[in-house]
Amino acid sequence: MKQTMDKQRHSESSASKAPSRRQFFTDVARGASAAGMVGLGLTAWASSAKRSDPQAIRPPGALSGDDFLNACLRCGLCVEDCPYDTLKLATLFDPAPSGTPWFEARQVPCEMCEDIPCVAACPSGALDPALQNIDDARMGTAVLIDEKNCLNFQGLRCDVCYRVCPLIDEAITLERQRNSRTGKHALFIPTVHADICTGCGKCEEACVLDETAIKVLPMALASGSLGQHYRLGWEEKARNGGSLVPEQLKLEIRRPENSNAN
Amino acid sequence: MPTERQADRRVGAEALAQLGWWHAHRFLLLRRFCQLSILALFAASFWYELDILKGNLSSSTVLNTVPLSDPFVLAQIIASGHWPAETALLGGFIVLLFYVLIGGRSYCSWVCPVNIVTDAASWLRRRLGISKTTRISNSLRYWMLGLSLLLPMLGGLLIWELVNPVSLLQRGLIFGLGSGWVLIAMIFMLDLFISQRAWCSHLCPMGAFYGLIGKLSVIRINARNRERCDDCMDCYKVCPEPQILKPVLKGAANSVSPIIFASDCTNCSRCIDVCAESVFEINTRFTTEVENKK
Ligand code: SF4
Ligand code: SF4
Ligand code: SF4
Ligand code: SF4
Ligand code: SF4
Repeated sequence: MKQTMDKQRHSESSASKAPSRRQFFTDVARGASAAGMVGLGLTAWASSAKRSDPQAIRPPGALSGDDFLNACLRCGLCVEDCPYDTLKLATLFDPAPSGTPWFEARQVPCEMCEDIPCVAACPSGALDPALQNIDDARMGTAVLIDEKNCLNFQGLRCDVCYRVCPLIDEAITLERQRNSRTGKHALFIPTVHADICTGCGKCEEACVLDETAIKVLPMALASGSLGQHYRLGWEEKARNGGSLVPEQLKLEIRRPENSNAN
Repeated sequence: MPTERQADRRVGAEALAQLGWWHAHRFLLLRRFCQLSILALFAASFWYELDILKGNLSSSTVLNTVPLSDPFVLAQIIASGHWPAETALLGGFIVLLFYVLIGGRSYCSWVCPVNIVTDAASWLRRRLGISKTTRISNSLRYWMLGLSLLLPMLGGLLIWELVNPVSLLQRGLIFGLGSGWVLIAMIFMLDLFISQRAWCSHLCPMGAFYGLIGKLSVIRINARNRERCDDCMDCYKVCPEPQILKPVLKGAANSVSPIIFASDCTNCSRCIDVCAESVFEINTRFTTEVENKK
């Protein structure tokens, strides 16, 4: 065995005649600069691919942003185990980095399977196995994006998005408003509650317009973020069981003797 | 312009005449069968919802139980700072063990579908007599490998997997290729017109990675009957890594082992196919050397 190893070493060194030191450094420099250029190109490409990423709706349980892109093996096992053919793997120029799973809600929405087979299939943890209840999924959130064309905003009773929602009256509610056009009817405004909506996209699929008025957007696009320094007075008050600043003085209201108040 | 020599005779002509067509193509046929049936199993499992081999070469499950994962993708994931779930790690370990035994770059010639593309380019190159080639350093692939692991460490993003043509093609053949053929066509053109065996033997970091894995592997090609070599050069022409052949074929004087220990060897066994003198055979690194047997 040892003899074999010796011979191996011999054979490998005689494969290329020992290059001169200068040759060696030239080779290293050339290799390094070629690799460096490839690296720059790839980094540029990657940042553009990343920019398209926020448009893609991910399967339930997907880690957020870069964490997902780094964890996903691009194996498609989630795609294979999705019984409704919702998920697909992105190819080179899709609006998601190539090889990663995504879906187009308008085509095939997520049916919110109770046993979440896509998450169970994922070998890498890119779809977080901690997701046990599909109602906790946050694939994105629906946004009623076009109030101009939504039929309910015209005072018609379309309600389709509301009625197909698996979390009807929780994720999406109909809020009554006065119809000022007729003066005597109500508008029933579909209102998405982003803290409950799973982003399944059934509403987007069902919308009867040619171009849907309600769209599922990834959380990163759909949600704003409140600055850290904001404190909402009513919440602080509830948390502390009372106002943090001294209550305002209650001054007695004085009125003229004969006022007809009350 | 075909040179006279190439116009005169085709690579493997003697082998063809002496051993017959089947014999002179047996490893090539076996390999294509192996590559295509792996892809076919994946595709069938996807399209017909069978549970034989689900997923793709990056990660898969056999019969819904045994996980298999590509250690190169896992290495990139770990470099990016994410620790993969146990299933993936176990799968990676199984695959790693397999290639440590049978030769790392067996992945290249027996599994990777890009190999079919680059072999085709190389074949066409020989048929058209294109001999002009741009020299690319053999070691560039190790730089590429370093890069594919360094970029995720620096930027925290799996950059190589966004473009990796190997992942792209195998995935594409199973799930639908989309516009990915552009990249594959580019590799074909590069290999055909610009530089001989540019991709697999000079650039592909995946090949470099599997080469490293296979450094100590057991299965090896052996130029056992090298004293019979009549310098026809056919093996040099079909070998994707011809630089590894000379030392073993000509090493008898320096008592270099006839076993190819260079980890660049893809175990494709084409050298066995095309050699009319049956110089090569495939066996293990522990084969006792029978020198100068007549
Ligand atoms: S929850 Fe069900 S329908 Fe939705 S993506 Fe997962 S497997 Fe597909
Ligand atoms: S199963 Fe997991 S690792 Fe595989 S493609 Fe889906 S998300 Fe990525
Ligand atoms: S995406 Fe639409 S249908 Fe799905 S939970 Fe949200 S509001 Fe309901
Ligand atoms: S070198 Fe790369 S592309 Fe070529 S066969 Fe090996 S893995 Fe495939
Ligand atoms: S030495 Fe033989 S088996 Fe190894 S890569 Fe070359 S032709 Fe293939």
